[in-house]
Amino acid sequence: MQKTYKKYFALFVLPTLIAFTLFFIIPFIMGIVLSFCKFTTVTNAHWVGIANYVKAFSNKDFINALLFTVKFTVVSVITINVISFALAYGLTRGLKGTNIFRTIFFMPNLIGGIVLGYIWQLLINGVLAHFNVTITADPKYGFWGMVILTNWQLIGYMMIIYIAGIQNIPTELIEAAEIDGANKFQSLYKIIIPMTMPSVTICLFLTLTNCFKLFDQNLALTAGGPAKKTAMLAYDIYTTFYNRNGWEGVGQAKAVIFFIIVAAISLTQLYFTRRKEVEN
Amino acid sequence: MKMKKFLAVCLSALTVTGMLAGCGGAKGGDTSSAGAEKEGSSAEGSVYYLNFKPEIADQWEEIAAKYTEETGVPVKVKTAASNQYEQTLKSEMAKSDAPTLFQINGPVGYQSWKEYCADLKDTDFYNMLVDKDLAITEGDGVYGIPFAEEGYGIIYNKEIMDKYFALPGAKATSMDDIKNFDTLKAVVEDMTAHKADLGIDGVFASTSFAPGEDWRWQTHLMNLPIYYEYKDADVKDEDEISFKYNENFKNIFDLYLNNSTVEPTMVGSKTVDDSMSEFALGKAAMVQNGNWAWSQISKVSGNVVKEENVKFMPIYTGVEGEETQGLCIGTENYMCVNSNASEADQKASLDFLKWVFSSDEGKEMVTNDLQFITPFSTFGDDEISSDPLAQEVVRYMKDDSLTTVPWNFTTFPSQTFKDDYGASLLEYANGNKEWDAVVSDTVDEWASEKEATAE
Repeated sequence: MQKTYKKYFALFVLPTLIAFTLFFIIPFIMGIVLSFCKFTTVTNAHWVGIANYVKAFSNKDFINALLFTVKFTVVSVITINVISFALAYGLTRGLKGTNIFRTIFFMPNLIGGIVLGYIWQLLINGVLAHFNVTITADPKYGFWGMVILTNWQLIGYMMIIYIAGIQNIPTELIEAAEIDGANKFQSLYKIIIPMTMPSVTICLFLTLTNCFKLFDQNLALTAGGPAKKTAMLAYDIYTTFYNRNGWEGVGQAKAVIFFIIVAAISLTQLYFTRRKEVEN
Repeated sequence: MKMKKFLAVCLSALTVTGMLAGCGGAKGGDTSSAGAEKEGSSAEGSVYYLNFKPEIADQWEEIAAKYTEETGVPVKVKTAASNQYEQTLKSEMAKSDAPTLFQINGPVGYQSWKEYCADLKDTDFYNMLVDKDLAITEGDGVYGIPFAEEGYGIIYNKEIMDKYFALPGAKATSMDDIKNFDTLKAVVEDMTAHKADLGIDGVFASTSFAPGEDWRWQTHLMNLPIYYEYKDADVKDEDEISFKYNENFKNIFDLYLNNSTVEPTMVGSKTVDDSMSEFALGKAAMVQNGNWAWSQISKVSGNVVKEENVKFMPIYTGVEGEETQGLCIGTENYMCVNSNASEADQKASLDFLKWVFSSDEGKEMVTNDLQFITPFSTFGDDEISSDPLAQEVVRYMKDDSLTTVPWNFTTFPSQTFKDDYGASLLEYANGNKEWDAVVSDTVDEWASEKEATAE
């Protein structure tokens, strides 16, 4: 049996490998090459060396967008995970109507980012209208608007992952703890949280990368306004690429830097949270 | 065990993400439709036109079908979604089946597409152009040819204006009295004082500043101070501006903001559609926009503005001698032929253009369906569109006592410049930025953007 597997290994891997090469590896390499070129369309590129990277780093919009993104990500990752864990904990207590609540909390996740952005723009502008201002009046409105929107969108999804994690904890562990005299908080901190570390790992990973790469919501909610003060990295890359002639390569260079940042952050995070996971 | 669990969680998460991504990715914006059978032999050439204006996508497809019916040459028309032309063009041009006809928006667009623009100097299409200065040229070559002229100014509702002129103590007796900024300001401010009598919420429709909705100010209105600045220096483009007519811009911009249907702090949520419907519903007497706006006004449900009452007035800003200033008329749509397409395709494209803009059938569709005001000698005086605003533009063009303001905004450094300027204006409108800061930022930004986009 093993032998047959080995024999046909290449044959079975081939279709996926071809697709992966065509749609991932080749575009990825092309993207990196293009970041060293000046081009209008991807077929008429001219090599310019590291000029694009120099421009990207000396471009203050990029640094501002990076800082804004980091601020946004820190706040969102914390709020999303805390709230969704709390919800998951609440909804695994065997309350009545748990399933309905789970469904309702999950639903926002099924709406596309652009639509969500416009809906929240209307909502927030509607509230702010009472104070005679709009969301683009002050960057802090845009910032909190985006935090609320992202929370609203991602909490349900993360909640489902946490619920799966909590339900997987063997009941005898909790029962044993109860018999030993642990109260609710003790069993939460000493058993439930350590036992759900795999879920924490995946949730942190997903929220971190999702927040860092946020684009649709940013575009629809504020489009960077006022004066690019709420532009996030992905949006800044997009505007660099399309809104300034001859800067396509710089946009591409920014995208490569962006990839390195996201990869570095998420791998570091995976490494650290994985170490905290325990066997059950 | 740990690994297995982690994997399971990972996999289920991935599956769901994949499903979600699938949903999100399925909203392509192209309205692609092959106007003709693709099997038309490429030896005789075929045409592929990437159209800029979604509002006339169907009309172009009809024209394409008609041409194919008559000549057998396949014509494919594809239209980019609103505001997505550059993006669509960039990806279409990289394909082997690239557009043979495409549009650029002026000298700035030419800089990025010049490797794709064929020289049209010796073509019939170029010979038809009445004013050769309008074309985009470099050296001896002609690379972009305008095909539709448009005009903008302040659109007003004559019915409301007449109502005002009939009021006792009105500051003017007819629109003919309003020939400069001072009179306009006096009239507008008096109208604001009488807005209850006139039944309006404000004189000007809201100054739209929602994201992506500020082009009427950062591009169109900005054209006027730049026009006067170029005129004084007798140049067609500048690497650095002094923005010396900034006070004039402020004059009219303040007038728009302070005599509007909404508070200046609320403009950040308004769209162009909002302002056009305020005008169409008779809640505002004036709105700055171009002749393309008629289709928008007439489509608003419950619209009370009568066709014969929609008129244009030039945008007065308080510049010396502006009594003879006309509308801003020009184009940011230049037709280009893809120089990388095969000879046969290039020839087929030029034949197609010639047919559209000079044959009787083509011309009829251009005037009645596309509703263009064309700059070509092949069109007679009577061949103009029935659209009331287009007719107003033609009236202003024909009036020799007035000086038409060209569209100098085609020389604005980049979209980034326009967006940043719009953002500055919004901050000013919200009261978060001083006018002096707006001016100095704009001057700096112009210089830095010109430098950034220079070769």
